[in-house]
Order: sequence, then structure tokens, then C-alpha cells
Amino acid sequence: MDFLTIIQILDSTVRLGTPLLLACLAGLFSERAGIFDIGLEGKMLAAAFFSAAVAAVSGSVWLGLAAGIAASLALAALHGLASITFRGNQLISGVAINFLAAGLTVLIAQDWFGQGGRTPSLVGGARFEPITLPFADHVAAVPILGPIYSELLSGHSILVYLAFLAVPATWWMLYRTRFGLRLRAVGENPAAVDTAGVSVVGLRYAAVAICGVLCGIAGAYLATGLQAGFVKDMTAGRGFIALAALIFAKWRPWHAMWACLLFGFLQAIALRYQNIDLGGLVIPVQVMDALPYILTVVILAGFVGKAIPPRAGGEPYVKER
Amino acid sequence: MAAHREPGRQDTAAPAPAIELRGISKAFGPVQANKDISIRVMPGTIHGIIGENGAGKSTLMSILYGFYKADKGEIFISGKQTQIPDSQAAIAAGIGMVFQHFKLVQNFTVLENIVLGAEDGVMLTPSLAKARKVLVELEQEYGLNVDPDARIEDIGVGKQQRVEILKALYRQAEILILDEPTGVLTPAEADQLFRILHRLRDEGKTIILITHKLREIMNATDTVSVMRRGEMTATVSTSETSPEQLAELMVGRKVLLRVDKAPAEPGAPILEIEKLGVVDEKGVERLKGIDLTVRAGEILGIAGVAGNGQSELLEVLGGMREARGNIRLNGAPLSLSGRGCDGQARRQRHIAHVPEDRQREGLIMDFHAWENVAFGYHRDDIYCNGVFTDNATLRRDTEAKMKRFDVRPPDPWLAAKNFSGGNQQKIVVAREIERNPDLLLVGQPTRGVDIGAIEFIHKQIVALRDQGKAILLVSVELEEICALSDRIAVMFDGQIMGERLPGETDEKELGLLMAGVSGEAA
Amino acid sequence: MDVMPRWADVVLIPLISLALAAILSALVIVGIGEDPVAAVSLMVKGALGSTYGWGYTLYYATNFMFTGLAVSVAFHAKLFNIGGEGQAMLGGLGVAIACLYVPWPHWTLALIFASLAAALFGAAWAAIPAYLQARRGSHIVITTIMFNFIAAAVLNYMLVVVLRPKGAMDPASARFPEAVHLPSFQEMFSTADTALFRGAPANITFFVALAACVVVWLLIWRTRLGYEIRAYGHSETGARYAGISPFRITMIAMLISGALAGLMAINNVMGEAERLVLNATEGAGFIGIAVALMGRSHPFGVFLAAILFGFLYQGGAELALWTDIPRELIVVIQALVILFTGALDNMVRMPLERLFLRLRGGNG
Repeated sequence: MDFLTIIQILDSTVRLGTPLLLACLAGLFSERAGIFDIGLEGKMLAAAFFSAAVAAVSGSVWLGLAAGIAASLALAALHGLASITFRGNQLISGVAINFLAAGLTVLIAQDWFGQGGRTPSLVGGARFEPITLPFADHVAAVPILGPIYSELLSGHSILVYLAFLAVPATWWMLYRTRFGLRLRAVGENPAAVDTAGVSVVGLRYAAVAICGVLCGIAGAYLATGLQAGFVKDMTAGRGFIALAALIFAKWRPWHAMWACLLFGFLQAIALRYQNIDLGGLVIPVQVMDALPYILTVVILAGFVGKAIPPRAGGEPYVKER
Repeated sequence: MAAHREPGRQDTAAPAPAIELRGISKAFGPVQANKDISIRVMPGTIHGIIGENGAGKSTLMSILYGFYKADKGEIFISGKQTQIPDSQAAIAAGIGMVFQHFKLVQNFTVLENIVLGAEDGVMLTPSLAKARKVLVELEQEYGLNVDPDARIEDIGVGKQQRVEILKALYRQAEILILDEPTGVLTPAEADQLFRILHRLRDEGKTIILITHKLREIMNATDTVSVMRRGEMTATVSTSETSPEQLAELMVGRKVLLRVDKAPAEPGAPILEIEKLGVVDEKGVERLKGIDLTVRAGEILGIAGVAGNGQSELLEVLGGMREARGNIRLNGAPLSLSGRGCDGQARRQRHIAHVPEDRQREGLIMDFHAWENVAFGYHRDDIYCNGVFTDNATLRRDTEAKMKRFDVRPPDPWLAAKNFSGGNQQKIVVAREIERNPDLLLVGQPTRGVDIGAIEFIHKQIVALRDQGKAILLVSVELEEICALSDRIAVMFDGQIMGERLPGETDEKELGLLMAGVSGEAA
Repeated sequence: MDVMPRWADVVLIPLISLALAAILSALVIVGIGEDPVAAVSLMVKGALGSTYGWGYTLYYATNFMFTGLAVSVAFHAKLFNIGGEGQAMLGGLGVAIACLYVPWPHWTLALIFASLAAALFGAAWAAIPAYLQARRGSHIVITTIMFNFIAAAVLNYMLVVVLRPKGAMDPASARFPEAVHLPSFQEMFSTADTALFRGAPANITFFVALAACVVVWLLIWRTRLGYEIRAYGHSETGARYAGISPFRITMIAMLISGALAGLMAINNVMGEAERLVLNATEGAGFIGIAVALMGRSHPFGVFLAAILFGFLYQGGAELALWTDIPRELIVVIQALVILFTGALDNMVRMPLERLFLRLRGGNG
């Protein structure tokens, strides 16, 4: 494996890790506020479709992005309605949202475009184009560092940089602002927030909305950045891998980034190689596919440091004396 | 405990009451929790509100703190009519509340908990810095010292309660409401709390103390209001009343604190406990080498403040918790860990158990009464045909038990949650006593139970004793312990502080033992 | 007293939820420019208008009965088993191994042992999440989701590498021998003159599913074990008091749940495809969630809900065949049913409770 191959694999690691990272941070906001969200997948899928559809029709990827975020927000609002306002089961709501998105996207795609549940291929301004960082072409020839800068760091779409900037932003928001303090508190003990005179419902809706926006960006990136258009079920379990990464990271932003890069790396490897030959031991591609999930189970089992979710997670808040 | 009572305070120039409630009513569905309640609390006093469980005290205070909206009535703060739709409004009106169950974020620091909801701006760092400064001032002013950087999960309940008080003071509360504040405290911590409250009162704060303990009212308050079944029955100056009068006001008639029973005739030892130790999930030592014996035909009462190991003792005996040490029943050892240490095995050894919390342990609230009558004994041959349950037999058995124990309504098909507290407890007691056990464990038998049912349940327990059975009674109600027990053991901090005979001791001596003052010194 | 009479809880609320789901589905159909009335009549005709349609409806219903029962049993122990899909996949693997590697003399024997294999594989796949939940407190919802993906990878590996016959391109096992062919409804009910259920995949497994409904009903409502499962589901502290081991109940409930999900494979793998293919389960494991929610976790409710979803599935297929409405319409309906009967239960319940409270107040 030569240096350029490594750079290429890492490059696709970044690409594949981006939607995971955005969805993972989305889940982080929601779950830190005590709302479990297994509907990341559905929100991403809906966003992917609507961003691609609107971008295809309008020719503007920015309009597409807005539409994707709006679609994801709508589903987030539904999740909020079910789990905050009506104090329903958050897991069941998430399951319903995943199916709703899976069904509706194909239904509407068929109605609008009649191409068997896909959108037309996006071209030109309907896609997020790669951004070339300053001097990328000039330094490409520099050994080692040159390719790292010009191939690995440069040449991604703006959403990729946005996703990675979202990591320190999330950290800052969570640990350095009033909102973050309240958000973490409402996921641990909503009664403490309530008796302190802060609205539990308001905070949780805010968290769910942020989750919706980030999932929207993740979906839009899938359909308009990573690929050129929407196809049926294109999220392909990424929402669940993001969930796995979130648990893997124990609900912490920086760790979430590393977890998503790791899982992105596994996807990049699986994409590039069918079977991996490690000196006689052949690892079938299916193992690579399953690895994120296996790792998550191992983490959940507490064999490698226990993952303790926010204490009030999954429980609707009912006032009690 | 010193009693700073200064009734003279209230007479000076008749200031506006710190809090005045007029005609507050609140119903939850068909239950009238508060009925036309009016009360005036003068500034700079400690005002007690006393009443039995379920009398409506907590509901009233929750209305004052904006948790519930009253159906009718008005609230005046310092003479001004005030609407309190939510906690925010209560805080703005200068009301602070220390709940029975603390509202703290376990993995936050003390400082973060205090700042939460009272931040100065969008950024956290300056808020925390300012709070740290204010905290030091508050500590010096009221003697409320806690480490601002300690995590809540690492400090004791006494300290956690101080954090709650500090939270209120940080929000510049002038009126402080404490709901059953001593329930989880050791007597020493309770004393400290009252010293702090007196100091706060002397600095001009108004304090409302909600409790069902007469002793606290007598020792700590200036004025006391009595609640009974959702109504305010009286407000009197503490110096002009007596515990007997308050007790009568609380329950509405002369309380029968004595149970008619013949002297005990203790026989052979049934239960022998040696060096029983329990370490809980958090690694805290809950029982520190307990030795106890209960004989046939006697009631051993365990007195103590809640949280001193009584619950763990019951759980070990009931097979719900593992322990070390030795326990013999009828001379043969009981398993204290692994197989043979569960509720089923205990029942096979003829140990019956009326648990402390009937709603969470003793009953399945959504099950029909007839299903609950088998609970714990559902594998018994009489209730089973092979692997199947014999539901017809069960329902017949339930009807018979309901008749004998006067459970109302006598409907086996009613879900447990739809019975009143007293009738729920009768179902549990009927189930356990009618097994004719060798040893009956009883935890808080009359908590949340009406007076009529209390007398009935007490009589059943005594009747079982008279059949020559051994009974271990745990109650935090000292009066109940004194009335029922043939022998009293006092628990404090996971240890037995001493044993007394009811005829040869009094509440004062028992109180000292409960406070951890050892038998020899007392 | 309860606020609502029992019939309202058991019948009225599911019906209202269903009506809400139906109305929204109709709006969706209108939204994509189709006629909902025509669509429904086409669905009814396609799914219930012929023995052929019924043959498909009941075939799907058989799958959903198994997975619905699986979710229900776990629900009774307050465990949310989202892993029915993976467990059913593994059940298929068990069936394939049993059918391919043992020369069965007759289908009856094959059915018994393939059922055992399906149940065993399904239960085994549920065992690890169950153990992790019971012993290490790992959230069973997350672990069962993860196990669905792992199951897909396992199945993929088995079909591509192990079970695929030499030279075949499809990731699928070899066709099962003729001896293990299960009687289809066509073979069972057709007479010499009239062919019934012609070409439809419904087979004898339907009756196995009916038996499973009865057995689960007996288990939950009539046995000591069922009593313990329900008691544990209602109150874990209560179970500890009564000497009911949380570990034991969690394990047993999940093993039964996994076994039921696995059993589905005798219908779709052994009864219909007669070989193991990649996407054999077709999401039936997830539909089990909707079926259990709608059927209020009661076997009779599950039976009715399974028939309903069988109808929707077959009707949806007919729609996709004759109109421009894609099959995904039923995924939407399924989502709406889960939403209204599960997550938004309180939205339906709270106004209804107020109504009953007012009615009672008026009488009293």
C-alpha cells in the first residue's frame, strides 16, 4: 500500500465520515437533552430526498439544502410532539419516523420524477462542488505534507468543513454557554431544571430542533455532496452507525468526531477492498460492514469502559413533587 | 435543641404577612387535595405546617411554587396579590423551595447546580465566577459551608440539602419552604439544619416548614398550622399548644396510640441474626454487624430515622439483597447470597413480608386484586395446576380474604391501583398473614393508611403474635413502635444502638438512641 | 376507578388510531394525485377478492403473526425487541441448514425439525442482547438494532461464501429438496374441479402461526411463567420482592421472543422461497412492532392486526402493479400505525379520557 493509496483512503474516510459526524452531533444534542433519537436515519433520508429534489428542480443547491433542513425539521417536530408534548415512547416514535421517511421519500419521488423512487442526477450548481483550499495546487508537489494538504484537506465540499467546525462549536456550546449547562441538566434531571424556573419543554424542543437541522445538513450532504442525487434508502443505515458512534463516544463531541472518522474509515476500506488479506488471514468484507455495530455492542456491554447515557434519557418528564 | 420562640415578633406594628393564601382549592380528578385553604405567614417567622401523609400539605406548597395551578383562590406576597403560574414566577416573587426529593443534577458540581437557571448571561464562565464569590458570602453569613467544586453524587444528603438551600438564597429568596426536610437526615444533621433555619429566621427570612413530625414542630417553629384531609383545621402559636392538641387536630379525634394487647409470652428464638453486614451498590456500608434475636410470640420493633439501615435489614431478611454474616431461622441457616437468597426461597422457609413500599414492591398496581393475592406465592401448589395458574381457586381465595379483612370494595377484579391506600395495605397484610408464617416482616405497615385501617392492621399483627409467631416490625413512626412492640431495638447508622422494653423507656431516651447517642451515655 | 372502561382502552383507542392513520394515508394518496377510494377498492379486490388474493394476504399475515407475537412477548416483560428482523434472518439460516444438510424422509418431520432450528437460531440471536441487558444493563433497543445489522452481514457472508452453490451467481442457497416441500393452501384446499389459492404462497405454516397465537396466549395469561413475565414487566422492584429473578425473566422472555421471530422463517424460507435468499425477511420483523402495538400485545389483537397488515401488504402490491402508487405506500401506512398506536397514544387517549370523565361527571 503506497502513500497515495493511504491518502486516498483517508480522503474517502473524511467524505464518508462527514454525514456520520453531522448525524452523530445531531443525536448528541437530542440525547444530551434526554430525548433518545433512533430516527436519525429517517431524518437524514428525508433531508437527502428533499434537498436533491429541490436542487434538481431549482438548480440551486442552497435551496436544496434549505429544503432538506426543512424536511428534517418537520420530522424532528413530529418526534418532539410525540415524545415531549404527548410524552410518548421516544423509541417507538423514532421507529415510526424512520419508516415514514423511507415510505414517503419513494412515494413522492415517484410522483414528482417518475424514475422509480430516485431524483434526476444533479449537475452544476445543483451540487456542492469541492472547494480548493488556498495554495493547494502550489504545495501539491511538496513531499508528504503536500499531498496531505492538497488531496486530504483540500477539495471537499463546504459541508465537510462545516461538519468538522461543528465539533468545536458543539463542545463550546455544551460546556461554555448557559444553554449548554441547561441542556446537559435537562438530560440528567429535568426536575432540577424545572424547579430552577427554566422550561423543560422549551429546552427539549430546542435540542430536538438543533438535531433536526444537523440531520438535515447530513442528508443534504449525502444527496448533493457525496453523491449526485437521491436514490431509495440511500442512507443505508448511516443513521444507526451515527447512533453507534454517539454511544462509542459516550455522548462527547470530540470523541464523536474520532468515532465517526473510525467508522468512516471502516466504510472507506470496505468500499475499496472486497476482502482484506492480513498475512494469510483473510477478513471478509462482511466483517468490515459489521464492525461498527460489533464495536458498539462491545462498548455497550461495558467491557471497554461503560457507556452511561444521560440519566433522564428516554423518560418523558412528568412533574412530581 | 434550643427552641427560639419569640411570639413577640409578630405583634410589632402588624406588618403585611409574607405570604397570605385566601380560599385555595385544588382537585385532582375526583380527589379534593386542598379545600378552601386560607393561611397567613408573618415575615421573619418559622411557620410549621403539620398533617398526616396525604393531608394536602405538599399540594398546597406546590401551588405556592407554581407547580400546580389552584382551581380557586388568591395568593398575596408581602400584601401584594401575585399570580404564580410557574416556578419562574415563584422565584421572582422571592420564594425558594427545598423539596423532599432534591432537585439536583447528580453529575454537576455544587456551583453548577446553584447557577443553573440563575445565570447572568449567555456565557457560563462569568456566571460561575460570580456565583463562587456570592457563595463564599452566603457561607459566612449563614454557616452553610459546602465545597463549590464537589460533585453532587459525591456528597452526603445533608450537604445536598444545603445546596438546595443555597440555591434558594442565591436566587435571593425571602421565603423558604422546606418539605419534610428531616426525612432523610440523621438527627445530628437535622439539628444542624434547624440551627441554620433559626439563623436564617433571625436574618429576616420567612420559613415554612412542612412536616408530619410533632417533635420538629414543637422545637423549631413559631407558629403552626394543622392540615387534615385537604383542609386547614387550625393555626396556633407554637408556645400555646401541645403535642397532644396538635395530634388531635391532625387526625380529628383522640388518637388511640395504645393497642390493646396482652403481655407477650416469648418462646424459643425463631430468628437469630449475627454480625449482619451489608454493603450497597455504591460501596457504602449500610449494615455494620447487626445482632438481633426475635422469639416466638413477640413483636420486635426497630425504631430509627429513615435511612439508617432498617430498609436494608428488611430486604436481607426478605431475600431481596445479599449480605454477609449469619442468620438462622428455627435454628437452620438462611442463605445470604447466590442461590437460595431470593423472595421465593424465603417464603418456602415460612417468612412472610409486608414490604415498606406497597406500591412499588408489595403489589403490582395494574394487576387485578386476585392476581395480587398470589404475588410472591404464585408458584405455590394451591394456586397452580402444573405450570398453569389455577385462576378459579385464586379468585375464590381472594373473595374469602377480602371478606375476612374487610377490603372495600370486595371486588377481586378491581386493579390494585384503584383501591385506597388502606385497602391496598389490607390486601398485602391479608396475603402475608394468612400464610401463617413463622416469621412476619413488617415495614411501615401504616404509612399512608387511614386511621380505621391502622387499627385493623395493628390488631391483625398482634393476633398473629398471640398465635406464637415471631414478628419484626420496622417503622419510622416512634408512636407506632411504642404502641405495638414488646421489645424495641433502635437503629442508627447501620448499627443497633440498644434494646429497650417499652415499659421501661420513653420517647426521650429512644430519641437519643435514634440520634446516635449510645445506650450507656443515655 | 379507571378513567375509561376497559372496552374503550382495548377496542376504541386502537380503532381511533387506525382511523387517524387511514385518514392520513388517504391524504397521502390524494397528495400524489391518486384517488384514495379507487385505491382502497383495488386493494380490497386484490387482497380479498379472490382465493389467490387471500392466499397472499394470509401468507403475509403468517409472517406478521410470528413477528408480532415476538414483539408482544418482549413487551410484556417491558423489553422492546427491535431485533425481530435479525432474529428472523437467523431463523432462515437455521431452516436452510436443517433443510439442506439433513435428508428428511417426509415434510412433517422436516417441518418439526426446521421449526426447532428456526426457533433455536432466532433465540440464539436474541440471547446475546438479552444477556447484555440482564447482566450489564446495555440498552436492549440499541443492541438489538446493532444485531440486525450484524445479522445482515452474517447472512450475506453465509450466502456468498458458504451456502451458494458452485457456479451460481445469486447470493442464495441451493433449492431445498422436494421432500421438505410444505403443503400449500392450493394443495390443501383445491378439489378436483376447482383450484383454490392457485399460485399463492400461503401454506400450512399459517396454522402453525395460529397455534403459536394460542400457545402465547396460554403462556402469558395462564401460566406461572407468564404471570412472572407480566409482573416483572409492570414492576421490577415488585419482582425482586416476590423473588422473581429479573435476569431469568429477561433471558426467558427474549429467548421466547427471538424464537418466535425465528419461526417466521418456516413460512417465508421453507414454505415460500424453498431456498434462502438475501432479503428473505422483507422487513417483516419491523412490521411486527406495528402489529404488536396495534394488537395491544394480546395474541388475539396480534392475530387481527397481522391479518390487517397482510391485507395492506398484498393490497399494496396490487396497487403497485396496476397504478402508479409505489409499494412504499404500505411503509407509510405502517409508519402511521406505529406513530398513532405507539408514540402518539396519549394524543388519542387524553381527549378520550376527558370525554369519559365528563360523561361520568354528568351521570354522577
